[in-house]
Amino acid sequence: MKKSVFFGALTLAGLGAGVAAAGTLDDVKARGKLNCGVTTGLVGFAAPDANGEWKGFDVGVCRAVAAAVLGDATAVEFVPTTGKTRFTALASGEIDMLARNTTWTFSRDVDLKFTFVGVNYYDGQGFMVPKELGVSSAKELDGATVCIQTGTTTELNLADFFRANNISYEPVPIETNAEGQQQYLAGACDTYTTDASGLAATRATFENPGDHVLLPEIVSKEPLGPLVRHGDNEWGDVVRWTLNALITAEELGVTSTNIADMSAAPGDNPEVNRLLGTEGNLGEMLGLSADWAKNAIMAGGNYGELFEQNIGESTSIGLARGLNAQWTDGGLIYSPPFR
Amino acid sequence: MSDTHAQTVAFVRETTIPESPPPAAETGAIKWLRQNLFATPANSLLTVAALYVIWVVLSGSLPWIFGGLWTTTSLAECREILQGRTGACFSVLSERWNQLLYGFKYPADQYWRPNLAFLLLFFAAAPVLFFDLPRKMLIFTGLYPFLAYWLIWGGSLLVPIVALLGFLGGALVYQRFIKTSFAAGFFGGIAAAFVIWTVAGAIIPENASDNAMLSSVPSRDLGGFMLNMMLGVTCVSLSLPIGIALALGRQSDMPLIKWVCVVFIEFIRGVPLITLLFVASVMLSYFFPPESTVDLFLRVVIMITMFSSAYIAEVIRGGLAALPKGQYEGADSLGLDYPQAMQLIILPQALKISIPGIVNVAVGLFKDTTLVSVISMFDLVGMIRGPILASTEWNGVYWELLGFAALLFFVVCYGISQYSQWLERRLATDHR
Amino acid sequence: MTTITDPPKESFRLSQLIYDTRYRSLTFQAIAAMVLALSIWYLGNNLIQNLRAAGLNISFDFLRDTANYDISQRLIEYDSQSSHSRAAIVGVLNTLLVAFLACITATIFGVIAGVLRLSNNWLVRKLMAFYVEIFRNIPVLIWIIIIFTIMTAVLPGPRAFRGDEPEASMVLDAFAFTNRGIYTPGPVWGPGSMVVVATFIASIFGIVAYRKYATNLLYATGRLLPTFWPSVGLFFLPTILMYFIMGKPIGLDIPELTGFNFSGGIKIGGPLIALWFALSIYTGAFIAENVRAGIQAVSKGQTEAAGALGLRPGRVMNLVVLPQALRVIIPPLISNYLNITKNSSLAIAVGYADITATLGGITLNQTGRAIECVLLLMLFYLTISLLISAFMNVYNSSIKLKER
Repeated sequence: MKKSVFFGALTLAGLGAGVAAAGTLDDVKARGKLNCGVTTGLVGFAAPDANGEWKGFDVGVCRAVAAAVLGDATAVEFVPTTGKTRFTALASGEIDMLARNTTWTFSRDVDLKFTFVGVNYYDGQGFMVPKELGVSSAKELDGATVCIQTGTTTELNLADFFRANNISYEPVPIETNAEGQQQYLAGACDTYTTDASGLAATRATFENPGDHVLLPEIVSKEPLGPLVRHGDNEWGDVVRWTLNALITAEELGVTSTNIADMSAAPGDNPEVNRLLGTEGNLGEMLGLSADWAKNAIMAGGNYGELFEQNIGESTSIGLARGLNAQWTDGGLIYSPPFR
Repeated sequence: MSDTHAQTVAFVRETTIPESPPPAAETGAIKWLRQNLFATPANSLLTVAALYVIWVVLSGSLPWIFGGLWTTTSLAECREILQGRTGACFSVLSERWNQLLYGFKYPADQYWRPNLAFLLLFFAAAPVLFFDLPRKMLIFTGLYPFLAYWLIWGGSLLVPIVALLGFLGGALVYQRFIKTSFAAGFFGGIAAAFVIWTVAGAIIPENASDNAMLSSVPSRDLGGFMLNMMLGVTCVSLSLPIGIALALGRQSDMPLIKWVCVVFIEFIRGVPLITLLFVASVMLSYFFPPESTVDLFLRVVIMITMFSSAYIAEVIRGGLAALPKGQYEGADSLGLDYPQAMQLIILPQALKISIPGIVNVAVGLFKDTTLVSVISMFDLVGMIRGPILASTEWNGVYWELLGFAALLFFVVCYGISQYSQWLERRLATDHR
Repeated sequence: MTTITDPPKESFRLSQLIYDTRYRSLTFQAIAAMVLALSIWYLGNNLIQNLRAAGLNISFDFLRDTANYDISQRLIEYDSQSSHSRAAIVGVLNTLLVAFLACITATIFGVIAGVLRLSNNWLVRKLMAFYVEIFRNIPVLIWIIIIFTIMTAVLPGPRAFRGDEPEASMVLDAFAFTNRGIYTPGPVWGPGSMVVVATFIASIFGIVAYRKYATNLLYATGRLLPTFWPSVGLFFLPTILMYFIMGKPIGLDIPELTGFNFSGGIKIGGPLIALWFALSIYTGAFIAENVRAGIQAVSKGQTEAAGALGLRPGRVMNLVVLPQALRVIIPPLISNYLNITKNSSLAIAVGYADITATLGGITLNQTGRAIECVLLLMLFYLTISLLISAFMNVYNSSIKLKER
C-alpha cells in the first residue's frame, strides 16, 4: 500500500488507489497495520526509548487495539503528533485513532466531530513549584510567572482559574515539555503547570525531584481518552470495547500471566468466558476474531498492569491509582458489562 | 671649470653602501604586527578588545570541551564523575549517535543503506558541480535518484525501475517528436511517461514489496540529520526544473502564463516557510482525493519544493535579465524558434551566471529544513528537542546537543558556500 | 490590367492555431487556462468532499468567540475574555514589534561588522569573518534556541535577587537583568508632561529646519554655519528648560522586587529579547556581507577623485562613497528586513506571542479551525511582504541612475 501512496504523486491512478472506500476497520485489516497518533514524547504515556521503541500507557492502548484487530501487538505505526497537528491527522485519515492524552471536551466531541470512546486516565491540571518558594496553595500564586505547555486545554483552565480567584499571572507558553522543564528549572517561571500526571512524569526526570512539590489544587477535570472520527461507529466500537476489555480484565482478575490458562477452556465465570471468547460470539459481533480480547490483554496486560508498568508507583513517575482505581476500589474506572 | 670642483671635494664615494638590514621595527613579525594590529591607537584598542573577546570565549569553552566525558550512560552519571568540575557530557552524542543521524525508527541493521546513498551522492553530484569531469558521469547522476530512493526506502525494485522507465520512455518520445515540433515532443513525452506509469502501476502486484531484497522502510521512520539531508537534496533538485519553468514563464509574452507565474512566485516568497509547513501538516490532506492519504514526508517535500522553486526562479530570472539583448536577437536572427533558442543559446548562459545564486538558495533551503521539527517531524533538531531531551537520562544536556547540531550544519553549509565562491572565481575568469 | 495579384486571402485555418506563431500563443494560453481551471476545480472539489465527509465547514465566525487564554506580551488591552480576533491583533502587533526592533539592531550589527571586515586590523578582520561565517551557516532556528537557552541559563532568576545577601543585584539600582526579561525604569507621566514632550518634538523640527537653512545658505552664499553644536544645544536645552518650568512633571518608576516578580517600570520579556537578539545577530551577518560588498563596489577612483577635489575624509565618505554604496546596499538590505519579518514566525520556539503563536498556535489548537487560521496567517505575511516590496520598488526607481 505504501507504494501506491508514495508513488501516487507520479501516477494519477496511484492517487485514487490509496485506500479502499470501506470503513476504518476494513482499512486497518487490509493494511495490516494500525496507524495510531501519539505525543511527540511524554515519558510514561508515549515516548520512544533509546532503541526507538515506543513505550508508555497510551502506547499500550494502541498496541491492545492492534492486537485485537490484527492479532499482532507490534503491527502499529506510531505517528507522533503535536497539539496542532493531532486533530487534522485524525480528521484527514492519516491516523486511525488518537491516543495522545487528549481531554474529552464538549467542543472537541461536538464541534470538531470526534468520538471519544472512553477514558483511560482521569487527570486534572496541577501546579508544580520549587519547595524553596514556600508556596502551599495555588491561590498564593498572585503575580507569578507560569510556564504552560501549549496546544492543550491547559491555557484555558489556567485563565479560568486565575480569573475566578481574581489573581494575576504571567503566562509563558512553551512548545515542548523539554523546554518547559528547562525554563522552570532555570527559574524563568515560578511554577509549571500541566496535567498532574505529566507533572509527576516531568518531576521524575529532575536531578533532585525532592526539591519540587505539586500543589494540592487540581484546577480542572481532564478525562483523557482515545478518540476516533465521528461517523464510523463500527471502528469506534472496536476501540471502545478494546479499552473496556482491558478494564474488565483487571476487574475480573484476568492478567497477562493467567490468561493463557483461563482462555484454554471455559471457566466458571461466564463474563470471563464471554470476554475471552470461550463462550458466546462477542468477537464476531465486532467483526473480529473470537480471541480478540485475549490478544488485546496479552499485548501489554490488563488496565492495571499497563498502569503499573508505565506510570504506577513502582516506576520513576510514581503515580498512585487514585481516581483511576477500579470502581470496586473506590475509583472511577468502570467498564460496562460484557454481555 | 668642472675640474676645479672635483678637486675641492675631499671624498667621492665610488661604491654603493652595502645594504643594511631594515630597522627591527620595520621587519618580520614586528612589522606585520605594527601594520596589522597596532597601526593607530584606535586600532590597538580594537586589537585589545578583540583579544579580550577571544580570551573570554576560549577560556569559557575550552576547559568545557576538553574536560568532556564520552562514555557515561546518563547525565546524572556525568554529574557524579565531574563533581562540579567544568566539563561537557558528550556521552549523549556517543550514546544517541545513531538517533541523531538516522532518527529513532530507522532499522539499525539497515544503516548501511542511507550511508551508501550518501556516499553515492558525491559521485552523482560531482559531474554537476565540477565541469572538468567526464560528461559520461552524468548518466550516473541521472540514475542516482532512483537508486537512492530504492536504497533508502527499500521495497520492491520494480517501483524505481518503473519510474525510471517512465522517464526514459518520455525522453524517447520527446527525442522522436522534437523533429516535427517542440510542443508535440514535450506533450508527447509527458503523455508517454504517464501511460507507462499508469500501466505499470496497475501491473505491479500490491504485495511486490513484501519479499523484496531490501526491506521497505516507511518514510515516517526517517529522521535525524539524514532527514535534513534528504529534504535538502530532494527539494533542491526537484525545484531546479520547476524554477527554470517559472522563470521562463515570468518572462513570457503570454499574459495568462506570465500572470500565473508572477502570482505563484510572489505568493510563495511572501509567506514564511513555516506557514507553508503548517499547510503541509494541517491543510494539504484536505486537498487530496477523499479516502487517500499522502504521507507527511511527501507533503512536506511538495511544500518545500514549491518554496525553493520560487526562490530559484527569481535567481534564474536575474540570470536571464543579465544576458545582453544581443543574445536573444542573435538567436532570433538564426531562425531558431523559442524552445531552440532557450535550449541552445539562452539557458546555458543564464544558468551559468545563476549558479552561485542557486547554491545560495540551496544553502538557505538546507538550513530551513530544520523547521520541519515544528510540525512533529524528527529531523536533527526535532530529535534533540523531542525524544532525546525528554528522556530521563539526558534531560538537561542542551549545550552538547545544540552545539553538535550547529557544528554539523556549519560543516555542510560552509563547505557548500566555499564551493560557491570557488565557482564564482572560476566563472569570473572570462570577464577579465 | 492589374498585374499584381491580390494578396492571398487571410482565411483562418485551424492548423494555424498550432503552426502560426501569431496564434500559437493563444492555443497555449487556452490550454494553460484549462489546466489551471481543472486543477483548481479538482483541488476545490476534493476539499469540499473531504470537509463534507468530516462534517466540517469553512467559517470565520470563530474569530468573534471568546479566546479564553491569556497573553503576557501585549501592546494593546487584552484579557482572556477578549475575542480570538483581538488575540490575533495582539499577535500581529507583536510580530511587527519584534521585526521592527530586530531590523534596527540587525542594521547596526551588520554595518559595524561589515565595516570592520574591511578594517586594516588583521585580528578584527578575521574575527568579523568568523562571526559572519558562523552565523550565516547555521540555521536560524538553532540560533534562536541557543540564544534562548543562554538567556535562561546565564541570567539569574528573580529569586536570586531576594534575601539579605542576594546572589544578583540590580544594575545602578534601576535595571534588573533576569531570565524572565529585563526590567528598566519607566516614565511616569504627570500633569503637564505633554508640554515637555511637545517641546521636545518641536526642537527636533527646529534642528531639521536649522540644518536645512545652513545648507541653503552654504549653497547660496558659500558661508558655512556651524551645525553640530547648535543641533546638540537645540536637542537638549529647550526640553530640559521646559521640564523644570513645568515643575518636573515626568518621574521615573523604578522596578522593585515584589512577590514573585519585579513590578513597576518597563518589562522587556525574555522571549522577546531572545528572539530579537537572535534575529538581529543572525541577519546582521547577512547585512555585513551586503555592506562590505556595497563599499567594495565603489571604485577607488571615486575616493581619489574626491580627495583631488579637496574634500576632507569625512566628507568623502558622506558625499561620495556612501551615496554610491547605499545604492548597492539598500535593495538587499530591504530583502533582509523582509526575511526578519518572515523569520520572526519562529517565535513559537521561544514562546513569544507573535501572530504564528496566537492565531496559528493557541487559537488554531483551541478551535481546530486549521484551514481558516493558516489562510489568515498567510494573508497577513503576504500583505506585509507586498507592502515592503512595493516600498522597495518605489525606492529602486527613485535611486535609479539617471542616464542620458
